[in-house]
Amino acid sequence: MADAQAHAQDLEPTALQHQFDSLEQQFDASVLGMWVFLVTEIMFFGGLFMAYIVYRTWYPDSFAAGSHHLDVTLGMTNTMVLIASSLTMALAVWAGQQGNRFRQVLFLGLTLLFGFAFLGIKAYEYWEKFQDHLVPGPNFVWDGPGNPHAVQIFYSLYFAMTGLHALHMVVGAGIMITLLVMAARGRFTRQWSTPLEIGGLYWHFVDIVWIFLFPLLYLIERHV
Amino acid sequence: MTEHAESPIGTYLAVFVTLLVMTALTTWVAFHDWGALNTPIALAIAVFKGSLVVWFFMHVRYSARLTQIVVVSGFFWLLILFSFTLSDYLSRGMLPFPGK
Repeated sequence: MADAQAHAQDLEPTALQHQFDSLEQQFDASVLGMWVFLVTEIMFFGGLFMAYIVYRTWYPDSFAAGSHHLDVTLGMTNTMVLIASSLTMALAVWAGQQGNRFRQVLFLGLTLLFGFAFLGIKAYEYWEKFQDHLVPGPNFVWDGPGNPHAVQIFYSLYFAMTGLHALHMVVGAGIMITLLVMAARGRFTRQWSTPLEIGGLYWHFVDIVWIFLFPLLYLIERHV
Repeated sequence: MTEHAESPIGTYLAVFVTLLVMTALTTWVAFHDWGALNTPIALAIAVFKGSLVVWFFMHVRYSARLTQIVVVSGFFWLLILFSFTLSDYLSRGMLPFPGK
């Protein structure tokens, strides 16, 4: 395998593009560009978080009532699944820096697997909500405590925020598959593994969004 | 990118375990009443967890200073969004209007 990697390195025209002084500068530029994109993502999700904050301050009791109907066990499990996927992602990036093709494929595969596990659990939760008539719209039914209209706002935000997050997970899965193919073909060397780092930044960002969504949606006033 | 040649696995595992413990903690805390502190505790734990991911998993501690500034400014702008919007919504009705 070491020979194959040395060979792949030879095939690489030059890892350094002509507009950069050094590999380090080239790498920093890529990371900076990705972070600028992630900042726009922060603001993108930020609008939804802002809406959540305003409506929750207006309807605290209805939001708590709506939140009590979410499954904490599934939410917590999904949080841990995503954290595990972040660990394997970080390890995949490290394997890229080492130029270890087997570990890259292994950890990217595990990350993808955890991603699908998350989406599977999320899909099951959505299915439960459809069964319970908790999807906002003409068939929304709420006979629990709180103002039904305000509870419907909670569920609108729940589906908008977790839905946008799940969409990012689907995109992330596509990125993982792309990286997996690149890694399997030996595209990443000790000299150049920037796509792994960039893809990792995206994956970790999506994890962070969920780290905030879990307490804000699932854990409102649970002690009541 | 190559300055940290030593194996990061120990650090990554420590961060991973801390994140799992914090997830369990925020869930446990939510089932007990801390009065007005319920939401601040949940948010503090979430901010701590997010910071760990940014600092260690996203390598911001090794990133260029310019990148670090962009990261911080991104979250700072988010705080501007929250604080300016809330300064409106939370202060509504605080002052009496003549003739109302």
